[in-house]
Amino acid sequence: MTTSSTPPSRPVGNQQPPKIERRGNVLTELYRSALGKKYLMAISGIVLMAYVLIHMIGNWKLFEGEASLNEYAIWLRELGEPLIPEYGAIWATRVILILAFGVHIIAAAQLTRMNQLARGSGRYAERHYAAVDFAGRTMRWTGVIVGLFVVFHLADLTWGVQWVNPQWEYLEVYDNVVASFANPVSAGIYILANAALGLHLYHGAWSLFQSMGWNSPRFNHWRRWFAIGFAVLIAVGNISMPVAVQVGLVG
Amino acid sequence: MDLTLRIWRQPRHDTPGDFVSYQVTGVPEEASFLEMLDLLNEQLSERGEEPVVFESDCREGICGTCGLMIDGRPHGPWGNTATCQLHMRAYADGDEITIEPWRATGFPVIKDLAVDRSAFDRIIEAGGYISTPTGAAPDANLIPVDKATADRAFEAAACIGCGACVAACPNGAAQLFAGAKVAQLNMLPQGQPERYQRAANVVDTMEAFFGSCTNHGECQAACPKDISIDFIAWLNRDYRKAKLSGRQAG
Ligand code: HEM
Ligand code: SF4
Ligand code: FES
Repeated sequence: MTTSSTPPSRPVGNQQPPKIERRGNVLTELYRSALGKKYLMAISGIVLMAYVLIHMIGNWKLFEGEASLNEYAIWLRELGEPLIPEYGAIWATRVILILAFGVHIIAAAQLTRMNQLARGSGRYAERHYAAVDFAGRTMRWTGVIVGLFVVFHLADLTWGVQWVNPQWEYLEVYDNVVASFANPVSAGIYILANAALGLHLYHGAWSLFQSMGWNSPRFNHWRRWFAIGFAVLIAVGNISMPVAVQVGLVG
Repeated sequence: MDLTLRIWRQPRHDTPGDFVSYQVTGVPEEASFLEMLDLLNEQLSERGEEPVVFESDCREGICGTCGLMIDGRPHGPWGNTATCQLHMRAYADGDEITIEPWRATGFPVIKDLAVDRSAFDRIIEAGGYISTPTGAAPDANLIPVDKATADRAFEAAACIGCGACVAACPNGAAQLFAGAKVAQLNMLPQGQPERYQRAANVVDTMEAFFGSCTNHGECQAACPKDISIDFIAWLNRDYRKAKLSGRQAG
């Protein structure tokens, strides 16, 4: 372990903060601060959590067979008709997801940078952490894994990119999913990515309460259980699908 | 007992530092950790070597000046104990102990083991007080506070500003300190008039020096006064309300 420390550039003894420059607009003022970025990370995280949950429950139609899953896919495209045009609900969801992902990832990157600077270059020669767990330590890694997985997942089942899923055909949702999950490499990617998502949520679904300041002696002890329950539900629920195809229960 | 100490020596804030090993002999087990360092400095002085700079004042766990990273644990191996109240019976003859200063950009090393914690003073100046006309001391219990709230505020008020929370944090964040300083006032009637201004000013000043909390809880584990990360959530809530309602200083 390295112990060299680059000397700080600030004068010591009487540190002064730069003048606080607040912004006029509520949103830009909130985003200026690190706490504000954490609120947005938590809120975008909640949006993504809601999506991940609904997406998973819908996809469980895989277990009911081809007709059920394909009808569900058509239903999603026609959702809200005639008030909302065909594909309207799907596109609205996509826009919300792109925004949520964008905010979540940009805030994560900015805060990570801020924290690296605040921690500085001096490293302890010895450090025994007493509280941080594996999930907390690896948030940036599990986040990046999930982000990369989303691109793969879209190429695999939404865009039908040739070399990812050669048998892909538009609206043949069941066949496309089974073809993907029957490929051990693809199934493996789904399993690993969802395990990473489970870890991300084990910390994130607890952490969001702290970040938002949702804290009360009445429910604080439930926050950890909520995060464990949510993380396990998402990880097990999603992983069950590629596993079912791999062991021959589905397909 | 005789001990080997690996101590961070750094002549000035803008020069690089490194570890130097020292032998300290004849340490009684009833000595405090700081008395052991005093003994080392006496032995160094006798040999004509430069003593190790470290800070202390009260030596009874209330002033917060004595923080050291001892074998990778802020304030050493005992829980809820400041460095000055750590005693040498925690060690055995022949032990090697690594002693480092707090390391964070907000706490630059002044010399050896002493760091500059004036950033904490800036945070206190930003909102760690109530504005009140001075005069004769008011009667006790003039403003009723229920027991549960008083106890909770007192827990926050136990913070001694030692900086172990920053030292322990992988992000060099000071949210536990700031949370305690805001909550001890914002929970009580006396803190209400400046409540949201205080939260906004404290956080905005804090962020000029320190990192952002990722809710790992290392601060709470390191704190000699057992300050709870619930106060971080408290701070986060009051800051949100301050910003969303526009109830902050300009
Ligand atoms: C389905 C996708 C995702 C969900 C449901 C999700 C959910 C969450 C939640 C609920 C939090 C807690 C927020 C807080 O404490 O304020 C969080 C934090 C975080 N997320 Fe995500 N996230 C997802 C994707 C990502 C991606 C793609 C990245 C990065 C590329 C990422 C990086 C992070 C980081 C760095 C944190 C902060 C962790 C910390 O506080 O230490 N996340 N996420
Ligand atoms: S919160 Fe605890 S660790 Fe941080 S400065 Fe106060 S007493 Fe020290
Ligand atoms: S010297 Fe005052 S708290 Fe240790």
